[in-house]
Amino acid sequence: MAVTSAAVQPRPSILSRILATLADSRNALGFGFMLPAAALLLVFLTYPLGLGVWLGFTDARIGRPGIFIGIENYEYLWDDAVFWLSVFNTLLYTISASILKFVLGLWLALILNQNLPFKSFFRAIVLLPWVVPTVLSAIAFWWIYDSQFSILSWALMEMGLIDHRINFLGDPENARASVIAANVWRGIPFVAITLLAGLQTIPQSLYEAATLDGASRWQLFRYVTLPLLTPIIAITMTFSVLFTFTDFQLIYVLTRGGPVNATHLMATLSFQRGISGGQLGEGAAIAVAMIPFLLAAILFSYFGLQRRKWQQGGGD
Amino acid sequence: MTAIETSKRPELDEGGMGYLQSLPRRVVTVYLPLLIFVIVLLFPFYWMTITAVKPNLEMTDYANFNPFWVVHPTLEHIRYLLFETSYPGWLLNTIIISTAATFLSLLAAVFAAYAIERLRFSGARQVGLAVFLAYLVPPSILFIPLSVMVFNLGLYDTPFALILTYPTFLIPFCTWLLMGYFRSIPFELEECALIDGASRWQILTKIVLPLSVPGLISAGIFAFTLSWNEFIYALTFIQSSENKTVPVGVLTELVRSDVYEWGALMAGALIGSLPVVVLYSFFVEHYVSSMTGAVKE
Repeated sequence: MAVTSAAVQPRPSILSRILATLADSRNALGFGFMLPAAALLLVFLTYPLGLGVWLGFTDARIGRPGIFIGIENYEYLWDDAVFWLSVFNTLLYTISASILKFVLGLWLALILNQNLPFKSFFRAIVLLPWVVPTVLSAIAFWWIYDSQFSILSWALMEMGLIDHRINFLGDPENARASVIAANVWRGIPFVAITLLAGLQTIPQSLYEAATLDGASRWQLFRYVTLPLLTPIIAITMTFSVLFTFTDFQLIYVLTRGGPVNATHLMATLSFQRGISGGQLGEGAAIAVAMIPFLLAAILFSYFGLQRRKWQQGGGD
Repeated sequence: MTAIETSKRPELDEGGMGYLQSLPRRVVTVYLPLLIFVIVLLFPFYWMTITAVKPNLEMTDYANFNPFWVVHPTLEHIRYLLFETSYPGWLLNTIIISTAATFLSLLAAVFAAYAIERLRFSGARQVGLAVFLAYLVPPSILFIPLSVMVFNLGLYDTPFALILTYPTFLIPFCTWLLMGYFRSIPFELEECALIDGASRWQILTKIVLPLSVPGLISAGIFAFTLSWNEFIYALTFIQSSENKTVPVGVLTELVRSDVYEWGALMAGALIGSLPVVVLYSFFVEHYVSSMTGAVKE
């Protein structure tokens, strides 16, 4: 390979020979090709990641570079009830929303995998909640959850199921349930469509074979669908957990962490302390506290991928 | 049995053994749940639309007007939005920023993906893994240090703050997706070109890129949607009203302290969603393949 392109040039000067050698060297060329992406990612992703960890150890404020104060921010957070409440909220939000998204998303995927008329049309409209900007659909939910003119309250009252308006976002428990519901609404399509893609790779012959062996519908699901879908479930849910855990937009629109911090997630608390409150150091410390959880999710994803390779016979 | 017959006809194979179910059973297990799913998933959009064209009088008077319908539709909210707020400016900002960020990311990602997947330089696998890990770094933990950087670089409150930071989540995604596409192009094509004396640059521009147009469209559409939807960076790095993007503008400028202009808000949300929805509806298959592709690879 290296010889061919140099040989076609008739009488190469020294400069062009150096260039030709460089163009044929996979490492030099690879370096050149990687340069734009690597530069952007190193400057705007890797460096800020390190800077964030550093800021967590300083008392930086907006407009004032901080000095190193050791783990003071973390000590402060350790005794801060609001921080621990936000950790609890984040875990509650992530776990309950993820479970609901998984169950409902898998159900929807199984339905869409049936032989339906207008199948691709249904698939297209089902994905809409995921396509539309989260903030804008969250504003629609804000209106749906309005304390006075909520359409849900009105409909339930008309049906005679409740006798007074539901205070969706004003009451701590209701607010938690409401934001989780809005998050699930937005997340179902992602889970359903990716799992549907996984379902479509399962050969029909396996179902036919199992049916001939007398398997019931539940057994078909339990012993054919689920094992073959496990790898893609692992990856889809890792992504879903990751996005839910670091969610910011929905909470910021619907409750801003209220009422009485009942819906504050770590990301919204980090924004409130770091940007709105100007305590960059403390905000960065809260963001850094999210990293262990994210690493756990990524490791989970990694082992999910490993398992997939193992199931395919070890290949790449 | 008949199951064997169906497998001989590929066009019916997709339905599998659906014929084994009776119609009433299918209605209960398939059509009814599907109907409920579709209604729940689409209701917020319906509600958004109906509110956007509803006069204020009807919006708050549930006793005399059924809230699910609109008796006297009005374009007043949309007129207010387009002519008395900075909304058109936000739309323009969002279009410019999303387009620029998408092109920048695609350009960088094409080279990176080709280098990782085809040049196979030493350490290409490790770089590929690093790109995947970069995709998993969420904006929620980067916005504080980035805001410090943006400020120090003098980019605060300019579109460049967003055009340069959006690639942090777009490049990893696009690279990952394009690596998958490049992998599917046969090596033999490149080897033929090399023998014919083509340079790597010619191979990339004349062979690989034309063959991966679907992949480029998928990555481009998806990247555009992601930048259009981005919120936390736009909220943090942009201060003045005329530089805001649609999601931030609608939330921070249209929401006044005491009176909520629900009609205008819903119209803003609706019009802000339309470009992505239209783009999506033209390229559904590309969109779905990039979404599932990112997970499957």
